[in-house]
Amino acid sequence: MSNVKIKVISRNPEDYLRATKRDIQKIPRNYDPSLHPLEAPREYVRALNAVKLERVFAKPFIGCLDGHRDGVSTMAKHPSQLAVLASGAFDGEVRIWDLTVRKCTRNFVAHEGWVRALCYNPDGKHFMSVGDDKTIKTWKAEAVTEEDEEPTNTLLSMSVVSGITHHRNKPIFATCGEQCQLWENTRNEPIKVFKWGVDSLHHVSFNQVEYNLLASCASDRSIILYDCRESGPLRKVVLELRSNALSWNPMEAFIFTVANEDYNLYTFDVRRLKEPVAIHMDHTSAVIDVDYAPTGREFVAGSYDKTIRIFQNDKGHSRDVYHTKRMQRLTCVKWSLDNKYVMSGSDEMNIRMWKARASEKLGVLKPRERQALNYAEALKEKFATHPQVKRIARHRHVPKHILNAQKELRTIREKTKRKEANRRAHSKKGTIPVVSEKKRHVVKEDE
Amino acid sequence: MKVPRQKNQNNPAHKNVKSEQENTNESQKKKVKRYFELDKPDSKTDTKTDEVKVYNVKVTPRILWNQKQKDQKRQFLKNEYGNTFSQRKQKKKYPGKAPIDPKRLEKHSRGEGLQGIGVRNPIHKLKLQKKEKLYQKALEQAARSEILLTEDQGYVELEDEDSNTRAINQQIIARNIDIAAATKIFELNLDFGPYRAKYSRNGRYLLLGSKKGHLASFDWVTKKLNFEINVMESIHDISWLHIETMVAAAQKDWLYIYDNTGTELHCVKTISKVLKMEFLPYHFLLASVNEYGFLSWLDISIGEIAGECNSRAGRPKAMTHNPYNATLCLGDSKGVVSLWAPTVKEPLAKILCHKTPVSAISVDNRGLYMATSGVDRSIKIWDIRNLDGPLQHYKVWSPPVDLDFSQKDMLAVGFNETVEIYSNCCTQTVSKPYLRHKMAKTVNNFKFCPFEDVLGIGTDRGFTSIIVPGSGEPNFDALESNPFQTKKQRKEAEVKALLEKIPAELITLNPFEVTEVDVPTMKDIIDSKKKLLHVKPKKVDMTPRRKNKGQTHIARKKIIKDAARRDHIEKLKAASALYEKDEQKEKPVRKQSFGVLDRFVSNPTKSKK
Repeated sequence: MSNVKIKVISRNPEDYLRATKRDIQKIPRNYDPSLHPLEAPREYVRALNAVKLERVFAKPFIGCLDGHRDGVSTMAKHPSQLAVLASGAFDGEVRIWDLTVRKCTRNFVAHEGWVRALCYNPDGKHFMSVGDDKTIKTWKAEAVTEEDEEPTNTLLSMSVVSGITHHRNKPIFATCGEQCQLWENTRNEPIKVFKWGVDSLHHVSFNQVEYNLLASCASDRSIILYDCRESGPLRKVVLELRSNALSWNPMEAFIFTVANEDYNLYTFDVRRLKEPVAIHMDHTSAVIDVDYAPTGREFVAGSYDKTIRIFQNDKGHSRDVYHTKRMQRLTCVKWSLDNKYVMSGSDEMNIRMWKARASEKLGVLKPRERQALNYAEALKEKFATHPQVKRIARHRHVPKHILNAQKELRTIREKTKRKEANRRAHSKKGTIPVVSEKKRHVVKEDE
Repeated sequence: MKVPRQKNQNNPAHKNVKSEQENTNESQKKKVKRYFELDKPDSKTDTKTDEVKVYNVKVTPRILWNQKQKDQKRQFLKNEYGNTFSQRKQKKKYPGKAPIDPKRLEKHSRGEGLQGIGVRNPIHKLKLQKKEKLYQKALEQAARSEILLTEDQGYVELEDEDSNTRAINQQIIARNIDIAAATKIFELNLDFGPYRAKYSRNGRYLLLGSKKGHLASFDWVTKKLNFEINVMESIHDISWLHIETMVAAAQKDWLYIYDNTGTELHCVKTISKVLKMEFLPYHFLLASVNEYGFLSWLDISIGEIAGECNSRAGRPKAMTHNPYNATLCLGDSKGVVSLWAPTVKEPLAKILCHKTPVSAISVDNRGLYMATSGVDRSIKIWDIRNLDGPLQHYKVWSPPVDLDFSQKDMLAVGFNETVEIYSNCCTQTVSKPYLRHKMAKTVNNFKFCPFEDVLGIGTDRGFTSIIVPGSGEPNFDALESNPFQTKKQRKEAEVKALLEKIPAELITLNPFEVTEVDVPTMKDIIDSKKKLLHVKPKKVDMTPRRKNKGQTHIARKKIIKDAARRDHIEKLKAASALYEKDEQKEKPVRKQSFGVLDRFVSNPTKSKK
């Protein structure tokens, strides 16, 4: 037995231990599945932990900007500076905020009565405000001297102005009030006036991609589309109740979402206004404002029921709901242009900053941390439909008044459903047609 | 070598070869020869005019380049293969990633993926296909990463093919390996009767417990002792808990837990008279069976009993756990092996393995094979996933005392004073053992050391450690179990493991059940309907809202109860109709006809009469 060759496992500890204390530990890996038994249940437990941790870390409220002496009526994002936000109040005051330090950098009284709307010029050097005093004022975005505090331009409108929006690249802006007016920056008279037999319009918005298109919400429950190159309005769609605000999808030029008085939001395709693309339910009171995320996949809605909800553009129900005890009726919401934050202005004089994804960690992520988060994300996705995981991921605590209102709405909805079913069952076939939920809310479409 | 014609454009000789007309022109030109024109030999051009054909090809740089490439290739082939090799077979210079060995892919595979058949929505289908691609990529990456493994598996090679590895004893092994490895062959002579030995999960520590109460734990590589005590009671079984600082000992009456200094941490009186113990590391369950056949699973992280039941099999003969799905395998004196989970009171499966009492059970690492041995000197290998088998049936020369699978699927079989190791004995029938170790001591139990080529044998007079080349997994995964773990790593791993503790309810025969879609089978639906036949009608307990309205209290009650009864009867009718339908189906519709001879076919109904 001399001519035998034997090899056994003989590990040199030096190959497996770190050389010095400052060195990192050696972690040899072997991905052989037999060394990693019970893969599926272990992943399931990890997914469960990940989704629990997500809820544990869901602390979306970042801070509050206080200073206004009356309710915040409107807000405007700076087109190029993330940290700048302009806000107007019901007492006519306009404030400019530095969001990084959460302080007001400038404040002045711009109008008598409300500040109805604010909007920045595309170059970000000026912003405009409209108020109850029928004036359209242009201000410098940054005030260095005292002269800069005064408006650079004041336009007098013949009628009440309630909304303003600026063209993407031309020096044109649109206002709304009794009618929709197009102005050029240098001229005192509107260059165009659009009328469609409506007493008043309360919101107007330029499409920032298909930049000649603009839409407005009217008090006769209609949404009107205009082309700024044409002389008359294009089309209009009438819903059951009036729409309060409108936001264009920044990635899909033909899609817009309106916040409606009937507690819902409707996403429309301009090419087909007969029925909405999607209905977004969950609010328990009138939805006041809506704003799209720069990705166009999500939007934020603020409601009269004192909550903010975040919706995915193709889903019927909200992804998240934000509320605090002190926050009152929402008046305006904005999604920041870096897709990370949400700003909300409310009745009780405060502007609040929220994270767009409630459990996201702010600040720099180390590679291992990011890897762990990515892994957790993948696991959550893999086990998303498991009842336990689903339950935890879906659960949101809402104030009692919301819970009760939800319950009430549910019973109302069930009641109408049941009643219709009964009527259908007891009447001649075909006399009570089945109308889909999408078609139900649109009254008519005009051209 | 042929020179392609297009290339000759620059050749001055060729320039002259154009057409006859031109030639005449040239000859005319020569008469008026200017001072800068060179004299060219006329005779040369004239002779070649007829031989050379003229092609009117417009030569572009691309054609030139192609031609150049072709020439080079031809030249190369001629040099290499003597102009016989075809151009197609020529290899690329950089052929891309190396192909992966299909066996490796198979090893890392999680089963065949979805093809998207039956998915109607094209978007969902696309999503599934995309995900499938990701899985495939992960699989390939895992298979490729094997190249990074540093250690190789052990082996024994003999120069002459005829001789047998069985003849190699520990002295020969010790002589042929390095000194560090040779220290792993050692023997401990201890006085306190038959010893049981178990290695910790990372293979670094060894726990010894003797029938006469001797309990010791030590780092067997450095031979550093953790503690050594005598519990002054008999110890029936021992077990490591999730880390090497805690051990459990099943003593005469109760279960005790000690730490790494020998201090008693707990005395678990809810579990008594334990004979066999197994620790399930991912569930933090200490499974035990006592001498009356009571199984109990103790959750050691919270100190509660996760499940217990009576196996109704009497005194257990052997117990082990299946590392693939964490079920318990219990062998009894009737030769039956039953599989148990903590939350199910009945066995998940039962296999009649032997006609005599089961003496030992072992399940391999991947949960593919189970080896059982009976007192009738037989060893059987079973396919434990299909509960199929036996795959192999061996008759050995003496009744086996203990069995153990190594990480690389070697099977150690212990006889009275001998341990034999069989390699590759599950898929094929082997006639001779791979190694044999004889001692002058009685074998009590033995375990393969994880991540080492070592077999530790507990005997009646101590402990023996022998080397079995090729039995252990050479490459460990440090995030799973690390033999070189530091204290800090151990602490971190403990916290992580506790966070990922699998609940006891997830112990099932198929560990992947949790990722599968839960669809009630047709059988379940029919069974639930059939059950209605045996359900009592719902009791109606009602008090009318408004008294004395129209009919009396009692009459109204009766009406409602009657309605409920009628409803129940309707349901019963529907269920019984289903039942009858089934019965009808079960009847054989037609018998085979033998023509005239039919009268001789026995009729079961008639014969009963």
